[in-house]
Amino acid sequence: MAIHRVLIANRGEIAARVIRTCQRLGIGTVQAVSAADRGSLPARMADRALCIGPAQSAESYLRIDTLVQAALSAGCDAIHPGYGFLSERAPFARRCEEAGVTFIGPTAAQIEAVGDKLRARAAAEAANVPVVPGGAVHSLDEARALAERIDAPLLIKAVGGGGGRGMKRVDHLNDLPIALDMAASEAGAAFGDARVYLERYVARGRHVEVQVLGDGRGQVLHLGERDCSVQRRYQKLIEESPAPGLSDDTRAALCEAAVRFSQRLDYRGAGTVEFLLDVDTNDFYFLEMNARIQVEHPVTEQVTGLDLVALQLAIASGEALPLRQRDVQRKGWAIECRINAEDPDNDFMPSPGRITAAQWPTGEGIRIDTHIEAGAFVPPYYDSLLGKVIAHGADRADALSRLRAALAATRIDGVRTNVAYLARVLADAEFCAGGVDTGFLARYGSKA
Amino acid sequence: MSLTAKDVAQILELLEQSSFDSLDLEMDGMRVQLRRRGAGAAGDAPAASLSAAPRASAASAAPPSAAPASAAPAAATFAPVEAPPGSKAVTAPLLGVFYRAPKPGEPPFVEVGARVAPDTVIGIIEVMKLMNTVRAGMSGQVVAIPARNGELVEFGETLLFVRED
Repeated sequence: MAIHRVLIANRGEIAARVIRTCQRLGIGTVQAVSAADRGSLPARMADRALCIGPAQSAESYLRIDTLVQAALSAGCDAIHPGYGFLSERAPFARRCEEAGVTFIGPTAAQIEAVGDKLRARAAAEAANVPVVPGGAVHSLDEARALAERIDAPLLIKAVGGGGGRGMKRVDHLNDLPIALDMAASEAGAAFGDARVYLERYVARGRHVEVQVLGDGRGQVLHLGERDCSVQRRYQKLIEESPAPGLSDDTRAALCEAAVRFSQRLDYRGAGTVEFLLDVDTNDFYFLEMNARIQVEHPVTEQVTGLDLVALQLAIASGEALPLRQRDVQRKGWAIECRINAEDPDNDFMPSPGRITAAQWPTGEGIRIDTHIEAGAFVPPYYDSLLGKVIAHGADRADALSRLRAALAATRIDGVRTNVAYLARVLADAEFCAGGVDTGFLARYGSKA
Repeated sequence: MSLTAKDVAQILELLEQSSFDSLDLEMDGMRVQLRRRGAGAAGDAPAASLSAAPRASAASAAPPSAAPASAAPAAATFAPVEAPPGSKAVTAPLLGVFYRAPKPGEPPFVEVGARVAPDTVIGIIEVMKLMNTVRAGMSGQVVAIPARNGELVEFGETLLFVRED
C-alpha cells in the first residue's frame, strides 16, 4: 500500500529532514505544529501545516488523539513520529493501527517489547546476544544473592527507564538495601513502574550501536555501527561511523548480534541496537533497543549512501526490503556534531531566543540537518538542538579536518551555542586518537 | 488612479506565477501587501521577548500566555480572519472537526445575532469520536461565524466573532 501523504508528528530538524525525503519521493506532507512552531521552517516547507495545540508538548506534540485526528482530517495515510515525543509510545502506534493510518515505525507490540528493559534483556539472552551480568530482583534476599555473584560496583536500573534515566550506582554491597529501596521508589514515581534490575557496572565502556532495518517478517539487515561515546550526562554530542579501533571480528560480532536480536522480534522499520563495549576486556553487552530513527542517523547515511527515511517509508508501505546485506557498502568515515542552543560557560543551560544570524557551513563532504535560519525562534519548550553538522571523508582524519573547518565556519547569533566548545573537543588529543569511553567528556570538562 | 478588484486579482496572479514570496505595493495612498502562504513569517515576527523567554528549567511550567512565539503573526497554518470592528474572536481550544449543531439536522447552537454568555455552548469539536463542547467565554452578540460546520479547525483558529457587552 503506497503512502501518498504523511503527517509529521514532530518538530525541529527531524521534521525538516523527513519532509525533504518525502518531497524527493513525491509524497505529500502535512506538518503538525504547536502554536510556538507556526512560523517554523518545517511548517513552511510542508504542503500544509496544522496547528495542533499550544506550545507545551503535553498539549500538542504528545496528544495522541489530536495527531491521529489531524492525519485523518488532512487525508494523510501515514504518520512519521520522528524521535522523542510519541515515537516510542506503544499507545500511539496502536491508535494509528486502529484508525487505519500507517505508523512509520515498528508495531505497538514491538515498541512494548523493547520499552520494557527486562523483556528486552530476556529477548537478547534468548537470541544469544550477551547482556551485562545481572538480572531482575524481586526481593532483598534475591538482590543480595545476585549482587554477591556479580560483585560491586554495580548498577540498579529501572525496568521502565532508559537513556541513562533511572539508574543508581552501588559501590559497596553494604549499601545495597538502602539503594534498592530508593531506586524502586524513584522508579515508581518517575516511570510508574517500581521494578528494578541489577547489572555489573562497567567502569570504562564505549557506547557502540548498530543500525538495523527490518521488514517485519523476519528479514533484518544492518547498516553498520556508530560510536556515540562522547556524551554529556548521557546526552550524545558527537557520533561517528565506523567506530574507531574495532577489530573486524568485534565489528562483525556486534552487527550480527544486533541482527539476531531484531530478527527475534520480527522487527519492522528502522531501529538501533545499543551495546556497551568494555574497553578493558573488549567484551560487548546488549544495552537496549531504540525503536525509531535516531538523531545520529546521518552518519550512517553518509557512509552507506542510503536514505534511512526513504527506507522507513518503503518498509511502512509494506514493500520488501529494497536491498540485501551484500548491497550495503560502507565508504569512508562520517562524524556528526550536535549544535545546541546552550551555554557551555553556564553549566550548559539551555539558551532559547530569536536567531539573529545563522550561517551554516558548506563544502566538500559537509551535510547540515537543521531547521534554523536567521529570524527563527528557538522556543524554551523543547530540546535545544539547533542542527547537526556532519562531515564525511575518506578516513577519520579526513572527516575530522572537514568537520573542524565546518565548525569554524558555523555562525549562530542570538542565542548561546556549544559551537566553540565542540571545536575544542574536536581538537583534544584523546578524542583525536579515537575510541574514547563514555567518561571522556566528564574528564574533559574537569581538565578544561 | 486607484486599484480595482480586478487589478488586485491580476497582481495576485502575477505573484502566483513568479518566484517571489511577497509583494508590497504602495500607490496613491493605498497599500497592498501580498504574501504567499507562510512566506517570510519568521523574518516578520517581532524580535521581541528574547529576554522574556524563561530559562528552560522553568520553561515547562510557564503558562501558555508566556509563549514568546504566540505573539508572532500567523504563518503556515490557518489564515487569520479579520475581525468585524469592535468584535472579539472565540477561537478553537483544540484541533478537531467543528460542528455548529448538537446533531446533524438540528438547529445550530448559535446563529449570527444570537446573544451569548460566557458559558453558552457555541459548538462542538470532535477529536477521534470524542465530543468537546466549546463555550463562548464572553458575553455579547454573535456578529459573524467564519468556521464551517463539519470542517477541520486548528488550535487557535477563529470559530466566531462576538461583540462584547
